[in-house]
Amino acid sequence: MSEEKTGAQIMCEALIREGVEVMFGIPGGAIMPFYFAMWEYRDQLRHVLCRHEQGAGHAAEGYARSTGKVGVCIGTSGPGATNLVTPIADAMMDSTPLVAITGQVSSAVLGKDAFQETDITGITMPITKHNYLVKRIEDLPWVFKEAFHIASTGRPGPVLIDITKDAQQARMVPDWDVKLNLPGYKPNYQGNRKQVREAIRLLMSACKPLIMVGNGVIMSGATEELRALAERTGIPVITTLHGIGAFPEDHPLSIGMPGMHGWVHVNRAIQECDVLLNIGGRFDDRVTGKASTFAPNARVIHIDIDPSEIGKNVKVTVPIVGDARMVISALLEEMPDRSELATLHSHASDWMEHIREMQATHQHKQQYIARPDVPMYLPPHDVYAALTRIVNQHGNYRIVTDVGQHQMWAAQLIDWHRPRTHITSGGAGTMGFAVPAAMGAAIAHPDETIWAICGDGGFQMTNQELATIVQEGIKNVKVAIINNGYLGMVRQWQELFENKRYSGTPLSGPDFARLAEAYGVRGITVEHTDEVADAINTAYEYDGSVVIDFRVEREVNVFPMVPQGKSIGDMITESPIV
Amino acid sequence: MKKHTIVALMQDQPGALNRAVSLFRRRGYNIASLAVGHSETPGISRMTLVVESDDVEQVVKQLYRLIDVVKVSDVTDDPTVDREMALTKVHTTSATRAEIATLADIFDAKVVDVSTNTMIIEMTGTPAKVDNFVEVMRPFGIKEMMRTGRIAMVRGTNTHRGAEYVESNGHVATGAVLN
Ligand SMILES: Cc1ncc(C[n+]2csc(CCOP(=O)(O)OP(=O)(O)O)c2C)c(N)n1
Ligand SMILES: [Mg+2]
Repeated sequence: MSEEKTGAQIMCEALIREGVEVMFGIPGGAIMPFYFAMWEYRDQLRHVLCRHEQGAGHAAEGYARSTGKVGVCIGTSGPGATNLVTPIADAMMDSTPLVAITGQVSSAVLGKDAFQETDITGITMPITKHNYLVKRIEDLPWVFKEAFHIASTGRPGPVLIDITKDAQQARMVPDWDVKLNLPGYKPNYQGNRKQVREAIRLLMSACKPLIMVGNGVIMSGATEELRALAERTGIPVITTLHGIGAFPEDHPLSIGMPGMHGWVHVNRAIQECDVLLNIGGRFDDRVTGKASTFAPNARVIHIDIDPSEIGKNVKVTVPIVGDARMVISALLEEMPDRSELATLHSHASDWMEHIREMQATHQHKQQYIARPDVPMYLPPHDVYAALTRIVNQHGNYRIVTDVGQHQMWAAQLIDWHRPRTHITSGGAGTMGFAVPAAMGAAIAHPDETIWAICGDGGFQMTNQELATIVQEGIKNVKVAIINNGYLGMVRQWQELFENKRYSGTPLSGPDFARLAEAYGVRGITVEHTDEVADAINTAYEYDGSVVIDFRVEREVNVFPMVPQGKSIGDMITESPIV
Repeated sequence: MKKHTIVALMQDQPGALNRAVSLFRRRGYNIASLAVGHSETPGISRMTLVVESDDVEQVVKQLYRLIDVVKVSDVTDDPTVDREMALTKVHTTSATRAEIATLADIFDAKVVDVSTNTMIIEMTGTPAKVDNFVEVMRPFGIKEMMRTGRIAMVRGTNTHRGAEYVESNGHVATGAVLN
């Protein structure tokens, strides 16, 4: 082991030591030494050549979000690095463990506007959990160790490592005996017991309690614990956009999604509840609506691993800093016996009955799936109705969604059961996420079917990764384009709030099926409801990746909806196409 | 708006200060003063930052979240020793030189440089006392001035040390504001 290595070889070995199997990137001058070394390690480290660094970043995110492991993406200096900015920001907003590796100009010319020099550590400072500029080969082992540790622990997030070309080219005998030196970083996993007991006291006093769960439950792998908590207490469970899959939607205690496009009965329940237990969600404004009017009667218990999230948007009565799984386990341990929980149970079941009544009077999912019988056009809901039926027949799937109307319909209309099966860009709302992220998930799970549900707008931002899919021989990506000829979500706002001034939203595109065929994947066009199921079945039967262009009715809106800045008690529920 | 004095310990690393200060910039808060230097522990810098804002609690928590930041406190309402130093270059004439020197003496300030028509005075005290001194000097004509910004330390046995964090090799509860 006392062999001399180049910095680039040390980088490869550090990645292997961290358990990395696949990386997504594009080479260039400043990162060439790393690519040179990578060749020797190609049996252990798979490199996926993407068509745009944004695609590489989202692919790494899709890999990370579907597995829980750290995703790795690579770019060269300058434009390669700046093209990674969007996925890095996306990973920051959605707490996705990501390590981005960028080449940098040689240390001798650093800061002198050398060719393809960009201050990427400066640019990404506010959108990374941490970042490093490495100028000396001897720093590589500890920097890689710290970077993977930081990206994957506590509240996960993106870490960028910018490495000068001369550090990659230098030679030394690596010293792998490095310790983490992070005195300022010690995430608190174990919730404070006193606070846990306080939370239980509050829950026990509740007449209308609710559990709301977010991404933290999925990331900490707390699905089983959550289910036990709900069943022990009988408390109804809400899943936010990023909490989807944390609790099976067919469970009798599941009531659905809250927020801007959440269900009326869920938002009403939040407005009525007296104790709200939020586990691993950050009270995003798309969930709370106008925060000052959110859950006016509730005392709030907030469990989050990141103390800076607590009390940020909503006033909290019992804060618990910790890992969702550990804190829920502590809650279960401290929970009194069944007999003592009888009162809570009976309150909770009356409350549930009330919520189900609200659900029955207001829109229920099924109402949206049942379309009027008009064979001439294709309502988007018909696509989702068929999709949810067929994918659940086949099982073994994940669905990655892009950003827009199609994303909200997917969240609303598909029946979600398992964690990490719903993957979307929530915090940043990055159009173009779905195709590359689905590719990353497909590489991580070659035995599953990975659906990407896109809008015609978002698909046109990153569809060049179909070429990567073909080059890599990836057969399990099935893309469903909900093609409405508009930047639909923006058009919806224009229709509802700007008197239908469709400024900059009508959108043309190529024939997506033919485009797909040109790339070398199967392309299918669907224009009528009665072709939907066949197309989806064909996508399943076809041994390879597929794009289905669902040419849906153009001006359909996502309802219900809370207008931006309004209370979640004020929902628009009217659907003009019925 | 209230003036908050925030004391932070952080690892002496490139970018650490930048990250900390950026959190205030992001919110559009103006930093009234900032002083950074070595602490008692090698490798740990200490920063005193004064910011005008009604709500710093969230920023303080976000400071905690930074990997380089080891400890943060808002010491605004704590009993602290606060000091600031100013170097002031004052215009002098033969007629005013003696008076300025006497005033400097009253303020416990030191004359550290004298030329035919200027004097540099080194003055240390609470920020309020420095304000006061500057006002007294102004009529003579201040040609240049530099203030260091406030540095603060909580009185008594309560310590804000870097050593305990470093020695324990990363096993300290940060972000323990709520627990
Ligand atoms: C990169 C990026 N640019 C702009 C937006 C703003 N935006 C949000 S939704 C949307 C429309 C998306 O259109 P499309 O992909 O066709 O999906 P649809 O809403 O029609 O389903 C736009 C432009 C965004 N979220 N991301
Ligand atoms: Mg569209």
